[in-house]
Amino acid sequence: MEKESRITTYNSVTCPACSLLCDDLNVMSDAAGGSIKMLENGCSRSIKFFEHTLNSIEPRLEGQKTNLDNAISHATKLIKASNHTLISGLAVDVHGMRSILSLADKIGASLDHMNSSAMLRNTLVVQNSGWQVCTLTEVRNRVDLLLVIGTDIVSIYPRFFEKVVWIDEIMFDQDISNREIVYIGGKDLNTDSGMSKNGKKPTVISCENTDLPEVTNAIRALVQGKSVSSEKVGGIAVSDLKQLAERLIASKYSVITWATSTFDFPHAELTVQNITETINFLNRKTRCSGLPLAGNEGDVTANQVSTWISGYPIRNSFIHGYPEYSPYQFNTPELLSNGEADILIWVNTLNPDRLPPSCDIPTIVFGHPDMKFNKEPDLFIPVGVPGIDHTGTMFRCDNVVSLQLKKIRESKLPTLQSVVSSIESSL
Amino acid sequence: MLIKLTGGRLYDPAHNIDGKVQDIFIKNGRIVGQPSDGAVVDKQYDIRGKVVMAGAIDMHTHIGGGKVNIARLMLPEDHRSDIVAHNELCRAGCGHAAPSTLTTGYRYAEMGYTSCFEPALLPVNARQSHLEMGDTPIIDKGGYAMLGNDDFFLRMLAAKKDQDAINDYVAWTLHSTQTMGIKVVNPGGISAFKFNQRALDLDELNSYYQVSPRDVLVSLSRAVYELGIPHPLHVHGNNLGVPGNMETTLKTISAAEGYPMHLTHIQFHSYGTEGDRKFSSGAAEIANAINKNKNISADVGQILFGQTVTCSGDNMRQHANAGLGSPHKSVIMDIECDAGCGVVPFKYKDKNFVNALQWAIGLEIFLLVDDPWRIFLTTDHPNGAPFTSYPHLIKLLMDKTFRNEMFAKLNLDAQALSTLNSIEREYTLYEIAIMTRAGAAKLVGLHDRGHLGIGAAADITVYTDNPDRELMFSKPDYVFKDGELVVQNGKVVKVTWGNTHTVKPEFDLNGIEKDLRTYFDKYHTMKLDQFKINQDEISANGRGNVVVHPCEGRREKTI
Repeated sequence: MEKESRITTYNSVTCPACSLLCDDLNVMSDAAGGSIKMLENGCSRSIKFFEHTLNSIEPRLEGQKTNLDNAISHATKLIKASNHTLISGLAVDVHGMRSILSLADKIGASLDHMNSSAMLRNTLVVQNSGWQVCTLTEVRNRVDLLLVIGTDIVSIYPRFFEKVVWIDEIMFDQDISNREIVYIGGKDLNTDSGMSKNGKKPTVISCENTDLPEVTNAIRALVQGKSVSSEKVGGIAVSDLKQLAERLIASKYSVITWATSTFDFPHAELTVQNITETINFLNRKTRCSGLPLAGNEGDVTANQVSTWISGYPIRNSFIHGYPEYSPYQFNTPELLSNGEADILIWVNTLNPDRLPPSCDIPTIVFGHPDMKFNKEPDLFIPVGVPGIDHTGTMFRCDNVVSLQLKKIRESKLPTLQSVVSSIESSL
Repeated sequence: MLIKLTGGRLYDPAHNIDGKVQDIFIKNGRIVGQPSDGAVVDKQYDIRGKVVMAGAIDMHTHIGGGKVNIARLMLPEDHRSDIVAHNELCRAGCGHAAPSTLTTGYRYAEMGYTSCFEPALLPVNARQSHLEMGDTPIIDKGGYAMLGNDDFFLRMLAAKKDQDAINDYVAWTLHSTQTMGIKVVNPGGISAFKFNQRALDLDELNSYYQVSPRDVLVSLSRAVYELGIPHPLHVHGNNLGVPGNMETTLKTISAAEGYPMHLTHIQFHSYGTEGDRKFSSGAAEIANAINKNKNISADVGQILFGQTVTCSGDNMRQHANAGLGSPHKSVIMDIECDAGCGVVPFKYKDKNFVNALQWAIGLEIFLLVDDPWRIFLTTDHPNGAPFTSYPHLIKLLMDKTFRNEMFAKLNLDAQALSTLNSIEREYTLYEIAIMTRAGAAKLVGLHDRGHLGIGAAADITVYTDNPDRELMFSKPDYVFKDGELVVQNGKVVKVTWGNTHTVKPEFDLNGIEKDLRTYFDKYHTMKLDQFKINQDEISANGRGNVVVHPCEGRREKTI
């Protein structure tokens, strides 16, 4: 039978390729070939996410094609034989995560996310001292000084400045072109996006991210009116930091943003706390909010759903029949290296580049159909991509707004939820 | 299937039934009349001597949405003291101050509660609230959408848009968020805080919009009335927790201008400034004002001693109180030019002067308000105490001896400033049934719940009468939800998924939505169509069947 091209255009498509969740994309989908083309409002991440050809849709058992029923019954067999299943990766949407938590409760699994090392740098601060933060629409309409720490934002959220900072109109009286952008730390940053539409350049204060613990500590001290005795901190003149502190104090609504994925040094939570305590102090007299930038593989979503269903954020476990939370104990590399987990289920419906960690225990992957493995897992069940193959719901980076994802392609890929539920009901 | 509950003693205030022995028949989830002779009863429960009430309704409890989930995330140490393992029927979770969703549903049902209303559903966070409530089993749910600090509304007020336009926006919000009522939190104040104002009294102006909390209240209470929404405007007033705020509360009552208005967690708004410590009870004045103004109702927001967490939309007041938190941590948020939130853990102590007096003030209000149809039993879960302390609170209301024993343990300075132990009143079972069933259903607008009449949904709770009311209300013998036995001897025996209650008043969709679409495209970071919650999102997976309750039609314009 000849393939008939059936092209449909979809407007106002929500993109889960990063947790900015832009919802203004226009894409074209060819039902016959399964290919998708970006028409409007794409960015490097979203084009990569949507414009790929559907390859493998059949499950593989030990590298050999098999049907879904066989794959599910094999997964069930492995899980039944397991004493401690580790479900990791967790790049999922809300409905996928709900099904994972239901299975985890039933089989006594431990849960970890592929980005949890970064995510926990924030979680630990919220659990220790809390924070004062805001959401994207507040930033868009209020920010007069944006302090960006350790990142350029655009390598994580390509359209951040377009959508949130350099816009045409805001709710309140403010000259948008006078918004001040300050970058501090970070390597090879693309600070072009920090330039205003009329060419006002951002302030760039360079240092290594590994110097951020002391640099943020100095900023915290200076904002609190304390003196810093040395002349330089992390290679930055203290006078520059003092000037920054004065600008923060003078600002009416400053926003300080950071991405913990770039804080790759020991006890980075203490650096986050330097930032959040700076914000707290500023709020004694003026207004300032944090904007922690989340990761891009559904980490916010997985964490939210885990928290309302079990009471705990990630990392947690049901191994004793009740939820337990431990950022240290239920960590994927640890559970794999010390032999505690006896099966790994790697769940990743969003980003085919994020592969399961190499390990010696049986590995099942519920994954994006484009995943290409260095080492073929024992069982691979390709599942639908939320926002392409099926509808879904995801949380945005600010932890408050959640959006609906559309189905824009006809495929035979099962949803993660249906695979997980089938396994659960055959246990 | 025909079920018969034989010989129970009924407390059904909606039908003036006060302890009458009467059989109840249930068919297809509803209470039916006595069937004709020859009808076969499939299942009979002999409940002779037992107390029968409709399923209880919590008309103000923070069970789902962003701030509750922040509270959960913040408090692993609290969860560890109350971990719940799974069993054959129920999934695992954790309890206490900010319980997981599944545990919340099981525990409410195990206490004989069958409907709960989330009172601070941020429109921009409505999807999350419904997702969480969708994972809360057995009980029915509903929400009140928060307005009054959102830029769109304040802009309308500042531009002096006519009441019809405001009414359309309020109606649109109810439709878009799939909710049952409208709530306002610190009217104008959450917005003012974003402009660095630190307090806002009833007639102070928001510095940007130049409108006052009174303007907000007048406009929204009219809108709710004119749209025919059963539940009056649900008001968390200005100046929560501030000594002397009883004056603000009294002025707020006058700002209602005779329109129906519900003042929530009024205990937190009933403080005077007498005494050496400039903190005293305003309960008598507040109760007196409620008694006089028949358009006003209130729930108490009783505090009870122990660890809990306060979750509120009122980021202005939560920021001010963050330093008092225990453990010392807080999350304060500005949200989408729509609202805000603040989460601060609290540990109320009976030896602490302020906490002890707060405890007494709440009870004084309960006992000094004459009409149980206008005062409701809440702890503002979890702000005053976790909902699991309701049986203890009922005992305090029904047992004067017990109450006075507790009073005698309080901080002595607080005792000296309270009249509580001179109040003789003890609530009766009939009055408890009003506060927690018939009155709550009437207030929220649930026509077929909260009573035991023919045609009502068969949400029924059966208790063994026990002079220890705490024991009695902790462990019902049976709880039926829509005719199904879900709890026996205080334990879940069947897991069902409740309904989601909504109202959908009539309004001019096209006019308001055209303005809103332009507004969203210009100022927001999401599209209007994403903001709106589709009914199917809630009822997917067989959970959260959406029930639309009638509004009384568009009432006459009142201006």
